[in-house]
Amino acid sequence: MMCLFPDFKGCLPSRRIGAVLLLGLSCIATSVMAQDTPLLSGGLGFFTNTTGGSTTYQPILTPLLAAPIGQHILVESRANVLETLSPEGNGQGYNHSTFLGLSYLQGDFIANPHVTLVGGYFLIPFGTYNERLSPIWISNLDAPLIFGIGTMVNASGTGGMVRGNAFSRENVSVSYAAYFSAGSTSKEFQSQRSSGGQTSVYFPKKGLEIGASYGRLLEQKQSNAVGAHVWWEPINSPLRLRSEYAHGPHSQGYWAEVDYRLSQIHGGESVIGRLEPIFRLQQTFRNAPDPSDGLPPVNTQRVDFGLAYHLPHEVRINTTYARQFSSTGNVNIWETSVVYRFLFPAWRGK
Amino acid sequence: MMSALKCMFFGLLLLVAVPAFTQTGSASKTTASSEQQSKDKEVHVAQQRDGQKVFEQNCSRCHSTPQGFSPNISGTVVRHMRVRAGLSKEDEQAVLRFLNP
Repeated sequence: MMCLFPDFKGCLPSRRIGAVLLLGLSCIATSVMAQDTPLLSGGLGFFTNTTGGSTTYQPILTPLLAAPIGQHILVESRANVLETLSPEGNGQGYNHSTFLGLSYLQGDFIANPHVTLVGGYFLIPFGTYNERLSPIWISNLDAPLIFGIGTMVNASGTGGMVRGNAFSRENVSVSYAAYFSAGSTSKEFQSQRSSGGQTSVYFPKKGLEIGASYGRLLEQKQSNAVGAHVWWEPINSPLRLRSEYAHGPHSQGYWAEVDYRLSQIHGGESVIGRLEPIFRLQQTFRNAPDPSDGLPPVNTQRVDFGLAYHLPHEVRINTTYARQFSSTGNVNIWETSVVYRFLFPAWRGK
Repeated sequence: MMSALKCMFFGLLLLVAVPAFTQTGSASKTTASSEQQSKDKEVHVAQQRDGQKVFEQNCSRCHSTPQGFSPNISGTVVRHMRVRAGLSKEDEQAVLRFLNP
């Protein structure tokens, strides 16, 4: 299918996004300072998942673009391109499906030291997983079972957000985010009409963070979701303790994760020091059926035992065994992945 | 004759004294500039340490330090982190100094 400027009618949505990005990049190219060259980052990975004896394979590319304009503006976007190969019902051969979608495409205006205005298609700031841990080059484990609570079905919103650092001292720092999403049915920017926000208090000397999130779905069915998180990462220690609780209209749950990089044994670059064992416990409780929240249909418990190995050149291998318990049956889940993280200038700077 | 001798004497004295005096000045200037340099170096090292601390206390909480990247994108990386991690302006400057010494 041919697609020519400026008539976008009939273009594939992905081409339309690409054209807009190219146009934006060409504008940015004219006003780039030495340290502010636009960057291309992201992850390239291959994932396998065996649940109850059925194995799926997923090659994934997650590119990220960040392009500053002047001193106060940043345009950033992250996309997912993935192919899923899953076994056919009769056990003969594999089905495959391709997915191409945006996680976010937003413009950030740093108005002053405490306020950043965000406009466009952004990640919903609820809990910690969606904004901080969802990139494949960051997360060691897959999305927690409570991910659907508060993230408004699509985990992204179309509208505006105010966020920033309200207060920062040597001992304490307070961050906030408040958003409104008008919702969109467009294929590229699918989102719900919703509003919400998040605030967190961080004590840098203790490595402790406590936060709370709120979200309200403003569609025909209106509902509230609340959440809380506690992260503790002792200073000068590779230990990380993360936990999160979320309560939705028809379900609630929590997860708690601990990981420890063995970098204190002969350093982080040694054979042993590259290992990172991970353990996560999670539990969900359902009080009414609701297929839209994405949580299991019955009360569920799950334990994950993971092992990450950080190879040189930004390559990481992960392997996880999980056991999930519920009244519909207990299952074993095996996951393996290899992820390469890249980061380089979008073009050669001045 | 005496006045001519006096002139020659003072002239010689001047010839000897001026370079010596100048040398003392430049020596004291050299000492001052090396002191300034070492002070600048100390400030730079302290700023680097502060930047590293800010990086470890904020960015490293979610992801490991990237294994080297072009200095051309250090400003972009830090601005991205400022928005994503809610860094203050001071922290942004500190991390920038750490990434781009």
